[in-house]
Amino acid sequence: MIKKVTRLVRLLALFGIVTVFLTACGQRQSLSKQDVLQNDRASNTITWGVKADTKLFGLMDVKDNQVKGFDVDIAKAITKRILGENGRAKFVQVTSQTRIPLLKNGNIDAIIATMTITPEREKQVDFSKSYFDAGQSLLVKKGSPVKSVKDLDKAGTKVLGVTGANSVANIKKSAPKARVLELSDYAQAMTALKSGQGAALTTDNGILYGMATQNPGYEVVGGTFTKEPYGIAINKGQTPFKKSVNQALAEIEADGTYNRILKKWFGNVAGFDYKEAAR
Amino acid sequence: MQNFIDAYSWVNLRFLLEGLWVTVEVSVVSIIASFIIGSVLGVLRYVKIKYLSAVVGFVVDIIRNLPLILIIFFTYFGLPHLGFKPGILFATILAMTIFESAMLAEIIRSGILAVDSGQMEGARANGMTYVQALWHIVFPQAIKKTIPTIVSQFISLIKDTSLATIIVLPELLNHAQIIYGQNSAYIIPMFLMIALMYFIICYALSVLSRVLDKRLA
Amino acid sequence: MITILTHYWSELVQGLGYTLLSSLIALIFSTMIGTMFAIFEVLPNRLMRVIGRVYIEIFRNIPLLVIAMFFYVIIPLYVAKIDGFTAGTIGLTIYTSSFIAETVRAGIQSVDPGQMEGARANGMTYWQAMSKIVLPQAFKIVIPPLGNQFINLVKNSSVLAFVAGFDLMYQANSIASLSLDTINSYMVVGGFYLVITLPLSYYMRHLEKQLAK
Repeated sequence: MIKKVTRLVRLLALFGIVTVFLTACGQRQSLSKQDVLQNDRASNTITWGVKADTKLFGLMDVKDNQVKGFDVDIAKAITKRILGENGRAKFVQVTSQTRIPLLKNGNIDAIIATMTITPEREKQVDFSKSYFDAGQSLLVKKGSPVKSVKDLDKAGTKVLGVTGANSVANIKKSAPKARVLELSDYAQAMTALKSGQGAALTTDNGILYGMATQNPGYEVVGGTFTKEPYGIAINKGQTPFKKSVNQALAEIEADGTYNRILKKWFGNVAGFDYKEAAR
Repeated sequence: MQNFIDAYSWVNLRFLLEGLWVTVEVSVVSIIASFIIGSVLGVLRYVKIKYLSAVVGFVVDIIRNLPLILIIFFTYFGLPHLGFKPGILFATILAMTIFESAMLAEIIRSGILAVDSGQMEGARANGMTYVQALWHIVFPQAIKKTIPTIVSQFISLIKDTSLATIIVLPELLNHAQIIYGQNSAYIIPMFLMIALMYFIICYALSVLSRVLDKRLA
Repeated sequence: MITILTHYWSELVQGLGYTLLSSLIALIFSTMIGTMFAIFEVLPNRLMRVIGRVYIEIFRNIPLLVIAMFFYVIIPLYVAKIDGFTAGTIGLTIYTSSFIAETVRAGIQSVDPGQMEGARANGMTYWQAMSKIVLPQAFKIVIPPLGNQFINLVKNSSVLAFVAGFDLMYQANSIASLSLDTINSYMVVGGFYLVITLPLSYYMRHLEKQLAK
């Protein structure tokens, strides 16, 4: 409690200082000119943007207030490769909507948050090589008449997705007649599916399998109808950092760390063949 | 019934309380800061300083007429473009402070206007300077007059911190969403619990304001 | 900014339409419901007064977002299938009605009680006196605060974004994510909000000055 009160007092003081600071000086060094890798080496910390609402990839554990999942473990492994055994990985919770602005603003050094590599995004940010191959699929209530994406392409059908997710753009192409409802994150989208706000929830199969294990009354149907290679997003112009991330990825794939993490999270997921995804 | 017992396990309650603490933290800092800034802005709008009052008035009007969510987006996503990179907690506090200062400026300005102009003249006649009269006589009365409005604005502030769940501020509503997102049987217990928590804080504050109002009247 | 405006014009106009529609529906119903509970609060019947008080205190002291999410998530599970726009608008109506009730009650109480007594003495029933004598005068007093409530309604309707209600803020989030031009998207939408709220707010200030004379 005392700790929390001191934090509060500190915040107040900080607030005063920053207000003065803000009015006193305007521009500072542009973020794009800083070398992220150098900064991270100096602070011995890499700041990652991760999901906190996505089972298997990044999910908040209520017991200890830590985000856990495949993305988080991969981020930790890469951090150790780049900074050494004592390197610290710091995690900032993002949603599909907030991750790109936060990266571009420099709040986070990299995004590892179920993010598909797409040409549109590559205009804004750089990607590492793909670290996971997902494909878009559908989650429906067991016994639902919806069996594949074709069943959704009817006027009046509502499909749930998440703002900023590539899957939302995809479904608009695959089922143009359906109406897409965008929620702020996957927890909200799943809750909306349960409330009957849409006939199906669409996103990448890995995320949907996670939801299906959490919610036994729901199943993934229709197979995958797109390819969604996940990449780690890094700001443009950060070539040294991107190179280190790619190298670290190659190393953990070569020494079996990657497969161990994959097995840890996907080894027991019904419908997901982790051996096929192993590298 | 079993759902409720499971939902209110110590682990979940502790997680909710952690969220509640962030809500309180954001609220307390924003309330204090916005009261100070709002008072200054309100007075600036009242004393007609050439250009300055007009500019302050215009900015206050713009901020007052925007949805708070937009201002949260601006401080979290927009400020870094100006070279300042706030963390999520700080960005929220900043947004709440900016918005509430503008709302309070308007309330305090109308409070000052409502103070009888004879008061100012009387104080000046007794040898006070304009600033002294404003600070010692007019401003305190304006605050007294507007206490119920100011407090209800603070109550709105506390409730509005819930909007920051959209940028994943780990506040009360966000933590409740995380809990029921992982187990949908907890949806109703979670909604009831956070509604109760918000209610207790806000209602207590409104009772306090009524007592204060009676005491001062 | 111009590119956002031209490229996403139809989404923006649709958003504007839903924002205005939701605000108008909520204004009409929250004024009706709010007035009803305000009357409850001034009735001689103690039970009615308590009901009025409880309603107002509950919905004034819970965040709008929590109320809107409640209608979006829980009502469809157990009561009726309602979509995001409906759920958000119902939440908005209920939340605002508690504020309007408080405003109207203050308006009713500021009308001289002699008016009511006089009307009753002239043979009017309580309801006749209330609806023909007291309420019209009360409403004259509360028009400026009601106008401010409408401005709040327009701003608060942005919670529809959380429940996929297709309003301006929902479109803003969607456009920001599609265009990846976050700040400009939100600036454009901010402009759309100001086009509605700023003139209203200046008009209300003008009206207040007129009435104060």
